[in-house]
Amino acid sequence: MFNGKKRLPRAAVGVAIAGALGSILALAQAQAQETVKIGLILPMTGGQASTGKQIDNAVKLYMQQKGDTVAGKKIEIILKDDGAVPDNTKRLAQELIVNDKVHFIAGFGVTPAALAAAPLATQAKVPEIVMAAGTSIITERSPYIVRTSFTLAQSSTIIGDWAAKNGIKKVATLTSDYAPGNDALTFFKQNFTAGGGEVVEEVKVPLANPDFAPFLQRMKDAKPDAVFVFVPAGQGGSFMKQYAERGLDKSGIKVIGPGDVMDDDLLNGMGDAALGAVTAHLYSAAHPSAMNKEFVAAYKKAFGNRPGFMAVSGYDGIHLIYEALKKTGGKTDGDALVEAMKGMKWESPRGPISIDPETRDIVQNIYIRKVEKVDGELYNVEFATFEAVKDAGKTKK
Amino acid sequence: MTTLFTILFDGVAYGMLLFVLACGLAVTLGLMNFVNLAHGAFAMAGGYVCAVLVNRSGWPFFASLPLAFVASAGIGAVLERALYRHLYNRSHLDQVLFSVGLVFMSVAAVDYIMGSSRIFIKLPAALEGQVDFFGIGIGRYRLMIIVICGLLTAALQLVLARTRFGSRLRAAVDDPRAAIGLGINVPQVFAFTFAFGCGLAGLGGALSAEILGLDPYFPLKFMIYFLIVVTVGGSSSITGPFLASLLLGIGDVAGKYYVPKLGPFVIYTIMIVILIWRPNGLFGRTAAR
Amino acid sequence: MTAQADVGRQARQHARWHWSEVAFWILALSCAFLFPSRYLIMTDIVRLALFALSLDLILGYAGIVSLGHAAFFGVGAYSAGLLALHGIVTEPVMALVVAGLVATAVGFLTSFLVIRGADLTRLMVTLGIALLLEALAERFSNVTGGTDGLQGIEMQPILGLFAFDMFGKVGFFYCLAVLFLLFLLARRIVHSPFGLSLRAIRNNPLRAAAIGIPVNRRLIAIYTLAACYAGIAGALFTQTTALASLDVFSFERSADLMLVLVIGGTGYLYGGLIGAVVFRMLQEVFSTITPQYWQFWIGLVLVVIVLVGRARMHRWALWAPNLIIRQLGGRKAIVAVPESDAP
Repeated sequence: MFNGKKRLPRAAVGVAIAGALGSILALAQAQAQETVKIGLILPMTGGQASTGKQIDNAVKLYMQQKGDTVAGKKIEIILKDDGAVPDNTKRLAQELIVNDKVHFIAGFGVTPAALAAAPLATQAKVPEIVMAAGTSIITERSPYIVRTSFTLAQSSTIIGDWAAKNGIKKVATLTSDYAPGNDALTFFKQNFTAGGGEVVEEVKVPLANPDFAPFLQRMKDAKPDAVFVFVPAGQGGSFMKQYAERGLDKSGIKVIGPGDVMDDDLLNGMGDAALGAVTAHLYSAAHPSAMNKEFVAAYKKAFGNRPGFMAVSGYDGIHLIYEALKKTGGKTDGDALVEAMKGMKWESPRGPISIDPETRDIVQNIYIRKVEKVDGELYNVEFATFEAVKDAGKTKK
Repeated sequence: MTTLFTILFDGVAYGMLLFVLACGLAVTLGLMNFVNLAHGAFAMAGGYVCAVLVNRSGWPFFASLPLAFVASAGIGAVLERALYRHLYNRSHLDQVLFSVGLVFMSVAAVDYIMGSSRIFIKLPAALEGQVDFFGIGIGRYRLMIIVICGLLTAALQLVLARTRFGSRLRAAVDDPRAAIGLGINVPQVFAFTFAFGCGLAGLGGALSAEILGLDPYFPLKFMIYFLIVVTVGGSSSITGPFLASLLLGIGDVAGKYYVPKLGPFVIYTIMIVILIWRPNGLFGRTAAR
Repeated sequence: MTAQADVGRQARQHARWHWSEVAFWILALSCAFLFPSRYLIMTDIVRLALFALSLDLILGYAGIVSLGHAAFFGVGAYSAGLLALHGIVTEPVMALVVAGLVATAVGFLTSFLVIRGADLTRLMVTLGIALLLEALAERFSNVTGGTDGLQGIEMQPILGLFAFDMFGKVGFFYCLAVLFLLFLLARRIVHSPFGLSLRAIRNNPLRAAAIGIPVNRRLIAIYTLAACYAGIAGALFTQTTALASLDVFSFERSADLMLVLVIGGTGYLYGGLIGAVVFRMLQEVFSTITPQYWQFWIGLVLVVIVLVGRARMHRWALWAPNLIIRQLGGRKAIVAVPESDAP
């Protein structure tokens, strides 16, 4: 037990290891400046990985199609995995800005991650392009944040209005208990009750939730006309399967909600249970435009599956960066770039979209869609359009 | 009243599923005192094998279930012979490090091969929906789970109690040294049991895809649940984990139905209280030496 | 020489600073000047090292396994965050002390639950406590910000003099200083009679009780101290990142910590520090090479480490230094010691 030499060798190992590994640190240093660098911070591992992969794929696809030079500058993407943990996001963003001298930070799978990077964007005057996270407040946290995804308020208010007008009187809600879920619930309730509807049951489920059975039983017992659902992309499939298993479809309870639940990349796996669900969302792979058909075909060819709304958000995000650079003539000054992005309008695979010059948030059409079978596959088929919807979370004020 | 029965029914189905998933872990821990945190990886393997067979190759669901078992058991047997057996005498910490390493590898490998999205297994129409039984809604799929898992549990109990192999296994669990002294080939018993436990996990994985969801992070997400089952139940018999699974399943489902706001508190509090009250688990004698 | 005097001499000899330890700290300090662009990851490593040191105190010296050490990390992190956010204690060093005390209190209260039971039970009770705290933090989202975490934390300059900068330079030196001070304290403690009695308990609690060591009281004391260390690590986390979100309590954080400590080796204080360096560097290197599948390679490294055996690895790593010492000094080579972690 009293071994006097015990400490020595281990500490010496430490010295050796620290020295050896330390030299690796120096490897990832900044390079020459003739390129425009984009730090893409996404959850590539962990529960949110599918979001990260869709966006990464879409960015790759865009760069394949449009080439990697714009306004005379070469575009370089530096992909980092934050695992959706905000302190990682912050560290990575900081390192990208300080060491790699990136001109944009982009990505951000979840709201806390986007918020964590916000002060850095302000401090370093680097545009932060939010390609996924959907809470209203994000763009208010820094004048350098521009969003190309969506806010939950956009789709939730629309589906609230739609439900109230289309003969749905009583609704039970099932939302994941975190910021986007609460946003969805608040905005839905606000518009739905204003339209004369009634929320008869309100259930918040934990974010990490293995089994929906007990919650669905509550829904069933409340006997509503419809269930309003918001669960993060990925859990929607489990929800729909159990919804059908519990016989809620047979008892005439409809599923409505923002379109996250009916994400295109999972829709086919849900089986016929999903048929008839009505959701409001920014994008459907079945959007009937030539541009979208081309996009879907190219995406399928490159990655073997259907693009979801996250992919489109990533695709538009990189498009926005390209266009902003074109407008500034390749200048990478943060203020000029954000200025260039404000008010920009373009045709995206999801339809016409623009960046609100005041809030830097996205303005887009919200479509009401119903799940139907087209050529043996399930699609969200759009049947009503609400044009140029702004973020209700901000217009309210 | 009927709701109460439906809740009970759901809870039992959920608990049974947890038991099939976790009982292999109880055996590993009780018999060889090996902390195998990678147990969920075998379950995931079974689930993916079943999904590929059903969705891509068009196999019938019921034919794929045994194959999920066989595949996981096979992987378990190979890994046991190749890797695990070298580590039985190492410290728990080494075992944790090793099995967590395996989990990481399996997660990334499945992500690479199958993608990170959640996948579903196409079920035969006969298993979808609910049947009404005196006003109590009974999910067909959950009913099937209860039947399969119930039969398995009964069979396991019979094998353990009545067969020669069962008595050897029990002897080995109670006192490995004396068992070796009596001429029981403990390593062989263990290898077989390990593979069988992995097979059960694989079957559980295939069955749980519908209810728990199947994605590459399955082994990490459910590691905690398996550990709860084993510690609360104790690892010296299969009755303990079985009852613990049912308790956990019913507690979880009922807790979420009646007090949805309290969410996960119920389970964790129950666990801590039970462990303070009976540190070796509800039915444990030699758990966690 | 009496037995008592012999033990005393041995212990003193053991407690003496060795040149390699001095070299370790000089190297740690010099990293700040060698890699001025990598302050952030180095800060991360230092924080993790302190956190691992805290686990080493209970695991390596008292044999208490814990899979929920993030509980105290989280308590410290949220305390520091709330103190700064509401302007209760604005000076970081003071806030650090207060956050440490809060974690100490939580540690003391939970220690009574933890000292009961064997390894596996402890593992699950600690894990349960961390998960409960996480659920609590999520429930009381009006205080903690729920899943969004605490937003808008702004840190005041340290001691009113050094403001946190964007490059993380001040943060790094701050963390390193705190680590060093707490390390000195830990070193003093583990070499004191109290520390020796803990080892006796780890090796055999029954025998320790028989020679008159108050086992439970000692375990409670060290567990509380470790909670304090973890709380300070958590507070450092909040102060240097200006963030506190639910994941500070997460199972992954506790599990990673366990890996860090086991990689470095338990029961000699430097294990956590070395483990932190190795683990984070591996993560950084692999995730730079392959942001999607780095977990596979980390997993592979863990498996290989266990299969090869750490003792053997240490021997290999020491081969070159040993050779040099042999050549230069003509002294007998230093051999790696056998495994000593094992509660």
